[in-house]
Parts: sequence; structure tokens; C-alpha cells
Amino acid sequence: MATDTLLHTPLYDTHVQQGGKIVDFAGWEMPVQFAGILEEHHHTRNACSVFDVSHMGRLILTGTDCESLLDRLCTRNLQDAEVGRSYYGHICREDGGVLDDVIISRFEKHWGIVCNASNREKIVHWINQHTEGCNVKLRDETTTTCMVACQGPKTLELVSEFTSEDLTKLKRYRFRARQMGPFRITVYRCGYTGEDGVEVVLPTSLVGMMVPKLFGTPKKPHPIIKPAGLGARDTLRIEAAMPLYGHELSEDWDSLTAGQSWCVDLTKDFIGADAMRKRSEQGLPRKIVGLELEGRRIARQHAEVFAGGSPVGEVTSGTLSPTLGKSIAMAFVAGAHATEGTELEVAVGSKRLPASVVPLPFYKRAK
Amino acid sequence: METRFTMEVPTDRKYAETHEWFLTEGTVVTVGISQFAADELTDITFVELPEVGTEVSQGGSLGEVESVKATSELYSGVTGEVIEVNEALTDHPELVNDSAFEDGWMVKIKVTSAQELESLMSAEEYKSFVAN
Repeated sequence: MATDTLLHTPLYDTHVQQGGKIVDFAGWEMPVQFAGILEEHHHTRNACSVFDVSHMGRLILTGTDCESLLDRLCTRNLQDAEVGRSYYGHICREDGGVLDDVIISRFEKHWGIVCNASNREKIVHWINQHTEGCNVKLRDETTTTCMVACQGPKTLELVSEFTSEDLTKLKRYRFRARQMGPFRITVYRCGYTGEDGVEVVLPTSLVGMMVPKLFGTPKKPHPIIKPAGLGARDTLRIEAAMPLYGHELSEDWDSLTAGQSWCVDLTKDFIGADAMRKRSEQGLPRKIVGLELEGRRIARQHAEVFAGGSPVGEVTSGTLSPTLGKSIAMAFVAGAHATEGTELEVAVGSKRLPASVVPLPFYKRAK
Repeated sequence: METRFTMEVPTDRKYAETHEWFLTEGTVVTVGISQFAADELTDITFVELPEVGTEVSQGGSLGEVESVKATSELYSGVTGEVIEVNEALTDHPELVNDSAFEDGWMVKIKVTSAQELESLMSAEEYKSFVAN
């Protein structure tokens, strides 16, 4: 779908009215911040923030061959996928290059895929290319539904109030779908912040009903639930060491090289499996590590990493961690320099700043 | 992109297209960045400033302003010598977000000629520059 104009999510007017600072993101006009990135970050770690993630692709697959098709397209084993569960995995090319990272959910009568906004057209095209001879039908629900991510330690309690369901009983990476007449509301217990929380998907026509429940009214905003933007979403996911497509993941390298072997099942066949098995036998050229830099300067994507003056790697994402108050980064470095405690240097501006290898994630919530 | 902000731009100083402001008091010019620029950068996390005594020239670099989102260069609109830097920004870079035109000032430069500033924008011109 090629468009010249930027797309708006069903919450766009709400964002503007809430003072959101709007930017162009993957073809959508999205809020990058409301009260401020740092404030929203802390609020998510301490209470409950709502992120509009409606720009992300939501695809529905129906037909008798969904399981076998998705199992062939995805790095995760979906043969034993259970109804009511969601699975994180990658969709790759033959050479292993990652086309996207997705969450695949098994419903009773269909399957759902959530993909990145920037990769939606590519993934729709890729699936359609592989459905020949299969009984599979794809429907793109991105623009007819709304998706919000509610994240933070107070989320389950607060959201349970208006879904009138005890969401604490819902396990991680499980979801519940509820049919209300012609409408389906789905609550997933996933997240991209390192906090506990849920994603709620509902039809656009119900958004008007949801907004006052979530946010209160302009005159009387909700005392705890606050909107947060893409800026905080990024600093939160970096602290939690979650990969972002275009940073840690790319078509230019495979899932194993990206350091995400945990979501790859090399014992099954999927597109890209042969290339990754070969890669695995040869040994990986690099590892993903956490770095803690001295000082407050931020190491950005592509900043070079040095060991004793020689280049040994590259930063993929970095920020000044609002929770830890330290400059942190994820980086790909040669295996010999990936051990915890290794002293390295990162080029920032005209300087090379001392950095040491630390374990990932940088932040883990208290259970 | 549509811009949404409240534009309060002090009229006592000059502005550069790169969003610095320059306030002249006698032969000393104080430099900072506009509130618009600070808001655009989002939360500022680090400000790198020159050492006192550094000679700077018009259009040359004065340092860097870093936020959660981006790093941007700070340019000098004047030629002269750095006589003071805002040390408070080392520990409290957020002063730039909170008060870009006052407490968030960055550098004071003793100038040889204040005439250089005449080529810069007035508050009104800067307002319409940003609006467009």
C-alpha cells in the first residue's frame, strides 16, 4: 500500500488533545512524547503508561493450512502451538536475513500476526508469495482496529477494572479474546518495556468508548494511567535489551548472528533454516553484548567499538538509561571481546569513551 | 510536520537558523539554544561546552547538545573568546529544557565585534522561520 499522506491511528486526535508531540514514523503520524521521555519512562517503571501501537501491522490468517504455512515461515516451532498463546519469532529469507520480528498468536479458528509498521507491506507480500497451493487467506486488520500497550507495575490491577476480568490470571505470552456482539476484543499479556502489562486490540468503532476509561477526560484525567510516546518506548526497550528491527535485526544478517538464537528452532524446517544451520556450524562471527559507558554521553547506532585501538564491533542502540542513570548501549562485538567485564572503547563524537561489557538486560523488574 | 508549541521568543536577543540565541551585554555575548530547539530535542541529557579561554569564530563549533533522541552541534554566531561556561549544565542538563532562555544559557563570549550579530535573525524573524 503506497501512500503519499501520513496515516493516522484511531487515537491521533486524542494524542493531539493530550499535547503529544507528533512525528512521522514509518508512514504514520505518531506521538514521540507527551510529558517528556524521561518522565514517561519513570512513570512506566513505577505506575502505568499507555502507548498507542496501532501503527503496528495486525494480520489475520484463516484456512486449514495456517499452521503448516506459519511454521515454514517462522523461526519458532509452531507445530505444537496452543490456542490462547502468543509466540515471538522471526520471518526470514532463504539466506537467513531477517525480514521482520513478529508475534504470532493462535486463536481457535484463525491465527494472528503482529509485525512492525515499517515491514507490514513487505510481510503481507511475503506471505502472499507463499500461499500458492495453500488453503490460507490473509486479511490486514491494521487500519480497522486499534492496539494499545498498557505497561507498568500497576497495569494489571487497573486494566482488570474495566475489562471486568482478572488479568493477573492470564500468564505471560497468553491472550484472551472476548466477543461482544460483532466486536472482538483481545487482551495479550506481552510487552516491550521490561514491565508487566497487556496489549489490547479492539475495533476502531469502540475506541471512543475506551478513551475516557483509559485516560479519563481532559478536565479530569485518569490519576494514574498516562499516555506515553515512542521516545519512552525506545528507552524502555533498550533497558530491557529487547531488539528493534533496523537496529539489532536486519535483512543483512540472520537471527543467530543477531544474538536471538533463543527464538530459533534449528531442528525444524523453515525458510532460512539451512543458512542458519550452516552459520551455526561455522560459528558466529560476533555476539550481542551490553555496554556501560563512562560519563553521560550516548553511543548511537553505528558508533564503532574498539579493543586496544582496533575496531571490534559496532553499537546497535544506545541511550542514557533513565532508570540506572548510566550511558548504556547494545553492540555487536567479536566473540573474543564479549566476556563480561571486558574493557572496550566506543567512538562518540571525536572521543573514544571507556566502556565495559555488562550482562543483558540492563534492567529487570522485581517479580 | 505540523508544529505545535507555544512560541515565546524574547525580543532582547538575536537568533541563528541553527536555533542558538545570542544576547549582547556590552562586549559580552551570551549563547544558548531556543526553547523551540530544546523542545524538539526532547529531554537533554548532556551538554559539552568549550573550555574557558577557547577562541571561537563565527560559524564555528561551540560544543554539542545531546538528548535522549539526538545529538546536535552548537554553533557560535560570533568571533571571540570564551570567558565563562554554564557549569550547572554538567550536573543539570535538564536546565536547558526547563529554562532555555534563562538558566539554560551555555557560553559567554567576549567579542571583538558585535556587528557580526547583525546578520542574524530578530525574534520576529526567528518566529516566522520556525513556523515555516
